[in-house]
Amino acid sequence: MKLSILDFIYILSAFSFVFGIKLLGKPSTARRGNTIAAIGMTAAIVGTIFLNESVMVKNYPWIFGALILGSIVGTLMAKRVQMTQMPQMVSFFNGMGGACAALISIVEYDHFLHHAASSDSARIVILLLGLIIGSVSFSGSMIAFGKLEEKIKDLHLPAQQVVNMVVLLAIVGLVVGLAGGYLSNPAFIYLILGLSLIYGLLFVFPIGGADMPVVISLLNSFTGVATAFGGFLYDNKVMLFGGILVGSAGTLLTVMMCKAMNRSLTNVLLGNFGSGSAAAAAGKTITGSIKEVSASDAAILMKYSKKVIVVPGYGLAVAQAQHVCHELELCLEAEGVELKYAIHPVAGRMPGHMNILLAESNVSYDKLVEMESINPEFKTTDVVLVVGANDVVNPAAKTDPTSPIYGMPILDVEDAANVIVMKRSMRSGYAGIENELFYSPKTRMLFGDAKKMMTELVNELKASA
Amino acid sequence: MQAIFQFISDHQLMIYLIVLMIFVGVELIEKVPSVLHTPLMSGANAIHGVIIIGSIIVMGQAENLFASILGFIAVFLGTLNVVGGFVVTDRMLEMFKKKK
Repeated sequence: MKLSILDFIYILSAFSFVFGIKLLGKPSTARRGNTIAAIGMTAAIVGTIFLNESVMVKNYPWIFGALILGSIVGTLMAKRVQMTQMPQMVSFFNGMGGACAALISIVEYDHFLHHAASSDSARIVILLLGLIIGSVSFSGSMIAFGKLEEKIKDLHLPAQQVVNMVVLLAIVGLVVGLAGGYLSNPAFIYLILGLSLIYGLLFVFPIGGADMPVVISLLNSFTGVATAFGGFLYDNKVMLFGGILVGSAGTLLTVMMCKAMNRSLTNVLLGNFGSGSAAAAAGKTITGSIKEVSASDAAILMKYSKKVIVVPGYGLAVAQAQHVCHELELCLEAEGVELKYAIHPVAGRMPGHMNILLAESNVSYDKLVEMESINPEFKTTDVVLVVGANDVVNPAAKTDPTSPIYGMPILDVEDAANVIVMKRSMRSGYAGIENELFYSPKTRMLFGDAKKMMTELVNELKASA
Repeated sequence: MQAIFQFISDHQLMIYLIVLMIFVGVELIEKVPSVLHTPLMSGANAIHGVIIIGSIIVMGQAENLFASILGFIAVFLGTLNVVGGFVVTDRMLEMFKKKK
């Protein structure tokens, strides 16, 4: 048994994937990890084109044409995307991988029909599974992309679960039919393709827009599994290796993201967040009144504080207020105020979202403090400025067992002497529940768009300096 | 039933690999801080772009127009996945470097 150069390259590539993911798990080494995996991938691609001994590779102009075109378009898209749009970009690229897997299966099926003498059921099943999972991943990712771009609204169809089940059963039936030789018309593969695409749509449609990162992570692991089926098809170990690695790591990552929100994966997928306890929430009314504050009063309050903690949320991301937020930080520090940022694991509903946003506007990495470390500090804090965050500071998570977010770890902002909440309106957050914090005697509301209000705060501070 | 056993014994090595990789994937991710979840998802997204190898084989073997066109699209989409995935991840991680 001889080991060809290509096999050797594949082994190195597989190693680079594992090592890359390992390094991606630590902030200090993450970037290197990504680079290492990218180098491994490049080696595998170049090797497949030039050093393939088992398959005669031809059509070089076509291959290079597609590679060059794809590299240019991919780089441009990835370079131009705004930091706030990262999740949808990942979703888009994931969908491309899924589509790629589906296309491979279609061509291979056609090839198979023309060349295979005997029917090989196992091969057909693998091929069809790659097609189905790839297609679901593609159409699902595109919907997730659309939802994050806010072009597609949540949609609940009547009897959604039943329809999904019927579509899924139809797909299974067709696979059994084709693999078992009961169905002879090869056009059925297009029916499977169509049904899989529809299933992907139905799967993602009812899930709330704010849960999309979890869905993207799940679809990401789907594409991983589709890739693994591709590896089985070609008896290609590096494809199998990379695919399963992403499939299992992606599934665990999905579960971890759900855990950070204190919800089960099923709960996210059924898209019925809060509906179960809606009655309970409606029955409980919060007594008390809300107090508004003007930008100038808020600015003065912060100016004469010793310590201010900013709690950024999705509102900050939507308003693109990260740069002016950093400006506020500089203004306050010029006045001798100590300022930190409290980062909830799911602030913005995407882990690391706030870190990326604030880092983009040059906020120092060590000013961003994670929940566990910052929570004891609220007691000694004069002012907490909540910017477009809601559920992550809702005390109901600790006090009200009937609340849908009960049990979710939150930032203990009510421990601080004063809380200023910057919000566009009294509308409830993603969980659709009232927030007692807004009615607390310590709390003042500053209504308005985060960017606009932040700018006003900065102007007030500069004027009074 | 016979076919299933036959299939398993034909692909023993691959099946061992799958079982092992599931555990490796889980182990690798387990102790990652939540701030890195998104870059990690993005990095994993780029890695499953290894599907491009399959599309290159499809394209390289294409004998008719049908296979050529689909193969071309597949290589193009796979490249988007790989290149876009790694570049986006790099841009995210660029933000994590300490600034002084």
